[in-house]
Amino acid sequence: MSADDHTPDPVPEPDHPGMGWLDASGEHAEIVLSTRVRLARNLQGHLFGPRARDEDRLAVLERVQGAVGRVQALKSAEVTEVGALEARTRRLLLERRLASRELVGENGRPPGKGTALIIGADRSLSVMVNEEDHLRLQTLFSGLRIHEAWNILDTADEELGQQVPYAFHPEFGFLTSCPTNVGTGLRASVLLHLPALVLTKEIGKVLQGLTQVGLTFRGLYGEGSEVVGNFFQLSNQTTLGKSEEDLVDHLDRIVRQVIQYETQARKVLVRDAASVTEDKIWRAYGLLRYARSLSFEELMNLLSGVRLGAALKLLPGLRVYPLNKIMIYTQPAHLEEAAGRELSPNESDAHRAAYVRRILASEGVVSPDKGSDEGSSSPDASG
Amino acid sequence: MVCENCGSADAVMHLTQIVDNEMKSLHLCEKCAAEKGVEGTATPENFPLTDFLAQLGKEGSAGTALQRTGSCSFCGLTFKEFREVGRLGCPHCWTSFEGHLRSLVRRIHGSAQHVGKVYLSPDPSVSEREKRLEGLRRKLKRAVEMEDFERAAELRDEIRDMEPAT
Repeated sequence: MSADDHTPDPVPEPDHPGMGWLDASGEHAEIVLSTRVRLARNLQGHLFGPRARDEDRLAVLERVQGAVGRVQALKSAEVTEVGALEARTRRLLLERRLASRELVGENGRPPGKGTALIIGADRSLSVMVNEEDHLRLQTLFSGLRIHEAWNILDTADEELGQQVPYAFHPEFGFLTSCPTNVGTGLRASVLLHLPALVLTKEIGKVLQGLTQVGLTFRGLYGEGSEVVGNFFQLSNQTTLGKSEEDLVDHLDRIVRQVIQYETQARKVLVRDAASVTEDKIWRAYGLLRYARSLSFEELMNLLSGVRLGAALKLLPGLRVYPLNKIMIYTQPAHLEEAAGRELSPNESDAHRAAYVRRILASEGVVSPDKGSDEGSSSPDASG
Repeated sequence: MVCENCGSADAVMHLTQIVDNEMKSLHLCEKCAAEKGVEGTATPENFPLTDFLAQLGKEGSAGTALQRTGSCSFCGLTFKEFREVGRLGCPHCWTSFEGHLRSLVRRIHGSAQHVGKVYLSPDPSVSEREKRLEGLRRKLKRAVEMEDFERAAELRDEIRDMEPAT
């Protein structure tokens, strides 16, 4: 089974700064991919991102750069000026979910002067500088860790706020460029994999319920992105009128409920539709394991089935972590980075399939003949 | 901006109403506003201020922090521009367009009062100035309500001198 493809390269570990969120640790990691909490902050006396002049942007960056040494979680942080990066390197930051489209200039406007990304040495805290707001502080963790993510962020925010003067209004709270972020400036979001709720067609009800309790959902890449691979990003809809702790508690409580629904739906699938479910999962696995060309969308859909299979232990020995890695490292900029050159869409699909085959082969242990009549003949061929 | 009713005179009254969860705006000239009897009905503090600016002067249109529907005295953003792009220009816009933003914020968040962390600025000179400005603005509002326009004009000038230049 393992004589597949080329010699399996050592799989790149997520040791890039800020990549700890991939490691499939943390509570409910088989359903919750990641937890993110961010705070929007602006400095007094400077124009907001969209209208900021070069001198505003540079002054904001300078002040923040001068302050990071006094923020524990940002000590020996890496400061990257986004405008100085090549386009592909900028897209890598986006694909790793460390930077927004706006920060890396994917919204049509190239990054302005002073646009920067600061990533803390402990890799869970980062700060976007000169995005829509002067500062977007964020923590990103694997699994469900809302309170931990908030506590670390809160401390860093308190420390940074003593170094740079935030714009604050007693009535409106922390002032932001967009009124939808004002107040706490807090957006907590959890990326959930909900294939069973989709398969059992319960997802509509759940999503509808969410909006009634003040939560909203988005796709993998946040605002305006489509839902792919049954990944849903749940977050608080409002940022003002509730304390930070209330917002965070509320999201945590609701997310746990959604996880419970998903878990129930998974049980239903296994109980009432065992053979169909198993067939879907093994077909997805088979395609991923042997396909020679995969678009990102196809990959995400197949990966959803395989992820479900791994969680249900229907694909014995397959861990969730390599599946998380596949999601990130098969995006266009990552594939080009690995190839060291630009790739045409066809090449990109071929490289993607090769990477997936290699990762799954290195996992190796999955044995398809558990209780099946197929025998153990291997259809392997090298590509 | 031209009056939406008669279409000829300059609109000086700008009303924002929430009807069935929908924000509706109405821009009227002084005469039409008076005819429709809208003064002070939707937002009581709105009328005296507008009236005050109209009386005090032609410089009203140049934009001071007082003119809620004018432009921000710090960054020059007009409320109209804000409505087009949905993004404010600077922290001071929140003061310049306070009344409008209050109703907008209430509509978005269901509340207009922040109850989260309270921030104390590390730079006392800045917060002192802000505090003083806040006090002056309160006095100004009161003076306008009392129709003490002489005092209001003095306060307005004092505030303008204290605010950072554009």
